[in-house]
Amino acid sequence: MKATAIAIVACAGVLSAPSLFADAKKDAKSQVEFGISVAQRGLWREAIYRWEKATEIDPTYAAAYNDLAIGYEHEGQLDKARKAYEKALELDPNNSQVRQNYELFKEINDRTAQKEK
Amino acid sequence: MIGPLRKKSSAASGARRLALACAAAALAAFAAACGTDYFEIPIETPIQPKLDVSPFQRVLVYGFVAGGTDDVDANQETVRLLRSQLRTKSSLRVIDADVVPLIDVARDQSQGGSSEDSSAGPREGGPPPRASNGNGGSQGVALPATIKDEKDLEPYERLFANTAYWKRIGEEFQNPLIVTGTVLFMSRSTSGFVQRDQETFDNLGRRRVMPMRTYMERKGFVLRPKFVFIDGRTGATMYSESYREEILYNAQQNTPALSSYFELMDRLVPNFLSALSSQKIRGTRVLLK
Repeated sequence: MKATAIAIVACAGVLSAPSLFADAKKDAKSQVEFGISVAQRGLWREAIYRWEKATEIDPTYAAAYNDLAIGYEHEGQLDKARKAYEKALELDPNNSQVRQNYELFKEINDRTAQKEK
Repeated sequence: MIGPLRKKSSAASGARRLALACAAAALAAFAAACGTDYFEIPIETPIQPKLDVSPFQRVLVYGFVAGGTDDVDANQETVRLLRSQLRTKSSLRVIDADVVPLIDVARDQSQGGSSEDSSAGPREGGPPPRASNGNGGSQGVALPATIKDEKDLEPYERLFANTAYWKRIGEEFQNPLIVTGTVLFMSRSTSGFVQRDQETFDNLGRRRVMPMRTYMERKGFVLRPKFVFIDGRTGATMYSESYREEILYNAQQNTPALSSYFELMDRLVPNFLSALSSQKIRGTRVLLK
């Protein structure tokens, strides 16, 4: 009887896992979308908070890392921006838009690095 | 007769409306399915200044060791341009002093100078200041009479290591941040193949633009400034940065040297200012869903 109950619970867990995963993706996406809408209104800190949350919910979400990198860049946190861009490219190496953002970022970063010489 | 006709017309228009509604719904569904997944957004990246200028209230753009073409007085023009930029784009108060012919100062130092010279400093409206012996170790070193290229400039660089001299200048002006350095503005001519767009018209008068590689003689200018930032309290160099910019024109084009100089300096000024004050770099990025 006990074994049957455990088996049922285990089965339920296995069956509900994909749906939980899908929910997490959906939640992360809504955080990203909300972040975009507030960034468009100039509320960058709120946007960063949302995108950070999205990357916590779904650490494989390349677009969230890309947006987060842009937010950090806008705030002048260049080290964090570089790490976020690199993570976005690691997750989605063929994304030309992420790559373009990263190239533009590097131009600025190189300029500041040049000053360090 | 009218009745049935009306009925038919109404039925036809209803069908048309239905078809339109279906098409609109299909379009909406298609748009939703292919919804925009990216958004261009303007950003402003703040860049922190390289130098901490908080201990200074004032800045003295002292003078530059200048060389290259005689068409432009690169020392005068650089001092004037940087002072005017600093007045509008920096929080530091710009000291209005005579522009110092730094090349003469360096030569005086290399010849050993005199005790009388060492007491002379730059004054507002006063005669051009001369150099002290200092401790820069530049005494007895022959300096090229004219500066035509980078090699000629090198021996003059010792001047910036003469902390005693710069400390004295600092004391004279109540310890400002001192901006000095070297400026080389040279004419340059080159020839080779360049790609240009060539306009052609076909028989029907249609315009076409084709990229063509053509051999061209070109002339222009090279600007190589080195900005040296000196702490007026100690005479020590805080920071220095060098740049190189070049502009080339068609050999037939006659562009005045002074306008080329300003065009090239225009490119460098933001970099110069970013050493002293925070700058915001504007750009566009793509946000993704």
